[in-house]
Amino acid sequence: MTDLFVLAASTGSGLPLGITDGGVWLLRNAWIIPLLPALSFVGILFFGKRLPRGGSELGIAVLGLTFILALLTAITWVDHRDNYHGDEITRTLAVVEHSQEHSQEHSKDHGHPSLAVHATITWFQINDVEFTAGTLIDGPAVMMLLVVTLVSLLVHVYSTEYVAGDRRYTHFFAFLSLFSASMLLLVVSENTLQLLVAWELVGVCSFTLIGHWWEEKPNSDAALKAFLTNRVGDMGLLVGVTILFFAVGSVLPGQFGSFSIAETNALANAGYLSHTALLVSSCCLMAAVMSKSGQFFLHTWLPDAMAGPTPVSALIHAATMVVAGVFMIARMYGVFFEGFSIGGSSINLMALVGGFTTLVGACLAFVQRDIKKVLAYSTISQLGYMVMALGVGAWTAAMFHLFTHAFFKACLFLGSGSVAHAVHSFDMKSDMGGLRKVMPHTFRTFVLASLALAGLPPLAGFWSKDEILVGTGGWGFFGGTEGNGAYTLMLLMGLVTAALTAAYMTRCVYLTFFGDFRGHGHPHESGSRIVVPLWILAVLAVVAGFLNFPKGFPLLPDSFHERFGHFVEPVSAYFPSIMHARPSWSLAIVSTLIVLAAIATASWYYFVKVEAAAQVAGKSLTELPDGPTTQYPLARMGHTLLVEKYYLDHLYTGIIADGTKGPLASAVYKVNQQVIDGAVDKVGEGAVRIGHLVYHRFDQAVVDGIVNTSGRASSGAGEELRKIQTGKVQSYAAILFAAATVLAGVFIVIV
Amino acid sequence: MLLNQFLLLSAILFAIGVYGVLARRNGVLVLMSIELILNAVNINLVAFSATHEAVSGEIFALFVIAVAAAEVGVGLAMVLLLYRNRRSIDLTEIDLMRG
Amino acid sequence: MKVLGEVQLPGFTPLGSGEVVVAQNVAFGIVAVVMVVAALRMVTTRNIVHAALYLVIVLAGVAGIFILLGAEFIGVTQILVYIGAIVVLFLFGIMLTRGALGEGEESETEKRRMALLVSVLLVVVVGGALVGSFSDASVGRSAPSRTAEIGDTLFSQYIVPFEAVSVLLLAALIGAIVVARKD
Repeated sequence: MTDLFVLAASTGSGLPLGITDGGVWLLRNAWIIPLLPALSFVGILFFGKRLPRGGSELGIAVLGLTFILALLTAITWVDHRDNYHGDEITRTLAVVEHSQEHSQEHSKDHGHPSLAVHATITWFQINDVEFTAGTLIDGPAVMMLLVVTLVSLLVHVYSTEYVAGDRRYTHFFAFLSLFSASMLLLVVSENTLQLLVAWELVGVCSFTLIGHWWEEKPNSDAALKAFLTNRVGDMGLLVGVTILFFAVGSVLPGQFGSFSIAETNALANAGYLSHTALLVSSCCLMAAVMSKSGQFFLHTWLPDAMAGPTPVSALIHAATMVVAGVFMIARMYGVFFEGFSIGGSSINLMALVGGFTTLVGACLAFVQRDIKKVLAYSTISQLGYMVMALGVGAWTAAMFHLFTHAFFKACLFLGSGSVAHAVHSFDMKSDMGGLRKVMPHTFRTFVLASLALAGLPPLAGFWSKDEILVGTGGWGFFGGTEGNGAYTLMLLMGLVTAALTAAYMTRCVYLTFFGDFRGHGHPHESGSRIVVPLWILAVLAVVAGFLNFPKGFPLLPDSFHERFGHFVEPVSAYFPSIMHARPSWSLAIVSTLIVLAAIATASWYYFVKVEAAAQVAGKSLTELPDGPTTQYPLARMGHTLLVEKYYLDHLYTGIIADGTKGPLASAVYKVNQQVIDGAVDKVGEGAVRIGHLVYHRFDQAVVDGIVNTSGRASSGAGEELRKIQTGKVQSYAAILFAAATVLAGVFIVIV
Repeated sequence: MLLNQFLLLSAILFAIGVYGVLARRNGVLVLMSIELILNAVNINLVAFSATHEAVSGEIFALFVIAVAAAEVGVGLAMVLLLYRNRRSIDLTEIDLMRG
Repeated sequence: MKVLGEVQLPGFTPLGSGEVVVAQNVAFGIVAVVMVVAALRMVTTRNIVHAALYLVIVLAGVAGIFILLGAEFIGVTQILVYIGAIVVLFLFGIMLTRGALGEGEESETEKRRMALLVSVLLVVVVGGALVGSFSDASVGRSAPSRTAEIGDTLFSQYIVPFEAVSVLLLAALIGAIVVARKD
């Protein structure tokens, strides 16, 4: 760094960050929104037991209030996004003629910039560097606020009936509030340090809530598995954040680092951060995403997390917490876009991981007996979609899919909870079947949500999934889509998964609601507190897709197009300039046809052949007794592979964990005992022997010898001198006279 | 008369007195030897007084005589006490302070 | 020697100065020898009464010396106090402690040798020192000291020691009574 000069950007005084500290009061003070549920947590914890409904009324009231605040924030944001003309914050840089390869090359005119509202307070200071805590309110944050508060509120209401009479009712609501607070804190965080704190906090809440019935060992095991698997990924988060901290610090004058999200992304976009740093940190952050958002191969905790209560699964492991990883990528998109070179490429790590995850999750969903596990694997698969979308540069598509997925997946989970509440079991094959007659509302909402998940137009899932497929840029027919690259492989993965999704959801619907009832008791429809949230979510699953009509959609004026994208996707210096794919009718038609074909195949298998076999056997069947897995060994091997979840759990628990506990640990123990402890013991023995030597030779003989000799000398002298003390006066007198004479003589002679 | 002869006489008497103090066992005899010593000193004093034709030596000798008298009185009282307690005035037997 | 005038006494022929000196020396010699012998006998005799009597001789000799030196008052005082009172005191003491010590007592050879050594050493040192310092000084008053002069000096210049000595005598008196009383 030889020269130090201020970068003159368009404004001429520093690098613009795309954020402002002005704006409406609610946007600047959005920290209230996470604070309210946190206070509710404390309140429920301390006072919940005394309240008439065990604290749930406090939780619902506060979450309701928070939802209203989130709505208001969204409304003010909609206004702010287009009409705000305040000052933009800029940062001066300490930079030399650095490569500005990516800076302004493909900036497109997206219209009025959306300045995110940035509000901070000083958290602590080290060495003149200020570490802040605060909020960064922009499109994705506002969207997530809405989703989290709405789903949380519905889950709260649902839970009052689902966990009524539970052994730890108040505790449950307290932690639901804490989780909501943590997730809200995560989405409004303005710096990665705060994000890290909130990330860990949601992990802790997940642990607590999964292990809600911890008295049964499988539940506590599942909670531990979730937490520890997340920890493995969190290492990546920590390393990635630190790398970015120092990479940014090397560019800013006078600071050794910065956690600020806006700064990091703005610098990454402008090309001032080294590509290596961005690539390495992106890979580390991907590790965190893989664990939190259940990407292959750190997804193993998600199915086991279904041991928690169903409202928890709906809220945390479908709609909100697992999307934290996706959200983090969306927030730090500048880093990832530059780090993985998403634009203009045909494959990259994120897209590959995402794509692979979609396939893996979808395959595994086919062999599950437990309805919640089907939905868990489905979640994994859909998260894969979102990560893949981000990996190919279709940012808005990913966020839109996140948005719609939250609604229909939550609806599916709550629906499964409603069914389980009725039949007291989650096992489809042994305890369900034919429930559509006795649980009509649950049936209808479940089917609607399943179709939305499968991606059938005009339901929400169709719009979001199609946007992802379009965004891969791999569709070359009929003029293509012109995405950010040409990710043909991802397109293929997406299409196959769409088919698989439709198929396994058909299977799930059939096993649960069709055929004859295989369980015990008399199931009946659940109460209104369960059914009403189901319908709300189902309606949203239907209409949410209309928020983002693609450009060029006929029948509607332009102002209706891409409303979601317009308000959510930032147009700012901290967001990279990404290409938006052109929608393609051909791809839409093809994907719909594929989905319909899949539904048809699955329906034929179940509704036709299994039903026929059931008629023959005289009882309700869940699969064909002489189906492919019984006839073809290859099919059976494949089936076993899926049932064993690709042997990943064996790998983790049996090989890695046990290998470390067993041979590795005992080898290390041996080294410790014999080598290290041996050395220490030898040193100790040596010291003891030296001590003995010193004691006997030196202390006893020499030192004590000296002391004893001096003692003996004294007493000997005393014995001798004693003889003078005769007690006789005359001898004293003799001495006296003699001495006096001598002295006199001396005096006379000398003096 | 030379002064020296008186001084020599005095020295001899003094030495004899010292011998008596150191060598005799009888307590009374020791006291008598002490008187001898004092008289030797007196001779000395008066001789010097005569040499210088002053009178202060004689006065000193007077004082010595007075003090000697007092001392003998107390000394004999002690010897009597000793005799009373121990039935003996043998000084060699009195060695209670023997260490 | 100065002669400050002649004292005329009836029937008395004063001696000449040279004769006086010779007579003084002779007198001194006799007295000195007697004294020394008596002193020696005193410290060597076994009989304590004999020792006391020898002491008397010594004391008388001392008185003679005093008179020879012209200190008449002191000489007389010597006789009065020493021989008259102190020796009597000694005799009383001897009488009261008579039976304690037998005739056949003999001091240890070791002690005698030590005492002899010390006394010889003493004679040599003191005698040597004194004689060596005052060689050839002669002593002799022109006239005997006058008692009046002694009295004057005693009560003027030496009044404090005088009073002190009287207190001392009082203390000794009380002390002797206290120490020796039977209770």
